[in-house]
Amino acid sequence: MTVDPIHQFEIKRFVDLLNVSGVQFSFTNAAVFMFGIVAIVFLFLTYATRGRTLVPGRAQSVAEMSYEFIAKMVRDSAGSQGMVFFPFVFTLFTFVLVANVVGLIPYTFTVTAHLVVTAALALLVIGTVIVYGFFKHGTHFLHLFVPSGVPGFLLPFLVVIEVVSFLSRPISLSLRLFANMLAGHIALKVFAFFVVGLASAGVVGWFGATLPFFMIVALTALELLVAVLQAYVFAVLTSIYLNDAIHPGH
Amino acid sequence: MSEPEHSPSGERNRAADQGRKPGSDDTELNARLERLNSSLSDVRAKAPVPEATGATDTSSRSGVALAFRLGAEFVSGVLVGAAIGYGIDRFLAISPWGLIVFTLIGFAAGVINMMRAAGEGPSRNRPKS
Repeated sequence: MTVDPIHQFEIKRFVDLLNVSGVQFSFTNAAVFMFGIVAIVFLFLTYATRGRTLVPGRAQSVAEMSYEFIAKMVRDSAGSQGMVFFPFVFTLFTFVLVANVVGLIPYTFTVTAHLVVTAALALLVIGTVIVYGFFKHGTHFLHLFVPSGVPGFLLPFLVVIEVVSFLSRPISLSLRLFANMLAGHIALKVFAFFVVGLASAGVVGWFGATLPFFMIVALTALELLVAVLQAYVFAVLTSIYLNDAIHPGH
Repeated sequence: MSEPEHSPSGERNRAADQGRKPGSDDTELNARLERLNSSLSDVRAKAPVPEATGATDTSSRSGVALAFRLGAEFVSGVLVGAAIGYGIDRFLAISPWGLIVFTLIGFAAGVINMMRAAGEGPSRNRPKS
């Protein structure tokens, strides 16, 4: 058994689909898990809302609570006009949440611990902001980059800074989710290897191995919290950024 | 309708019993809805309180989350600035000036990002951080 905490993130190709000028499109384990996540969300919400009783059962209240939670969040940060984007934010939230939580189950693959996936989600968000902003406000959207109440000679400088700040949003959005999930899973694996290594060192090692073992228990709880928190943060920031597209300028 | 429910079961049974009397169906149903409504609004009035205490209880946790968030904001600003500078150097062949200038601008953007994330500084028109 080799000590390789990164092994869990390995992409395995299952089916090679097509090759477009040197770029290989394959059906990988990541794709399997993403389909699985979508299936879990879809099946759960379908199951939860099948009855539509006045007094909700357990599953239905989970569905209703998540609806109200996201709806309140979108309304608070993007105003009631932001509810246009409610399906978008809700989809992102549930996808990231289920991906994070599923990744905590041993032997599963964590989709959100891959920068490609989180970057794709973040680019989707920022692309939506830009397209909707220009579509809705035209060039008025560019007022987003012009801070008010600034002396004229500083303005070009600040506009450049604002543009860089705007461009850094997808990076920070994707980097945060990716780094949190990657770091957490590597930490879990490293402590797991401590347990194995110590336990193979005889009787004293068994006692020593209990320490990293309890650490794993604690870390798993922490990771569950981080998983939920990061999904929430992703959704909050998405709706804050969408707010800029809905109400640019001042 | 599935049975387990929070409301006191005695009250519920009484309501169900009275509901069976002929003729009183509508008024009884209305009364029950009314009661449900009032208890729901009670719950709604109470709802923000546990949320707020939850946030303050785990202040160390949210401190770590905030640190992560601010760090990501700052680093991404610098990275984007440096990337833009590098790109400008490549296309305009003015190396290393683009990298120098835009990395500095990236630092400024990172600081602005961070101040915004912390809820201070020059805010865009956002209602709430």
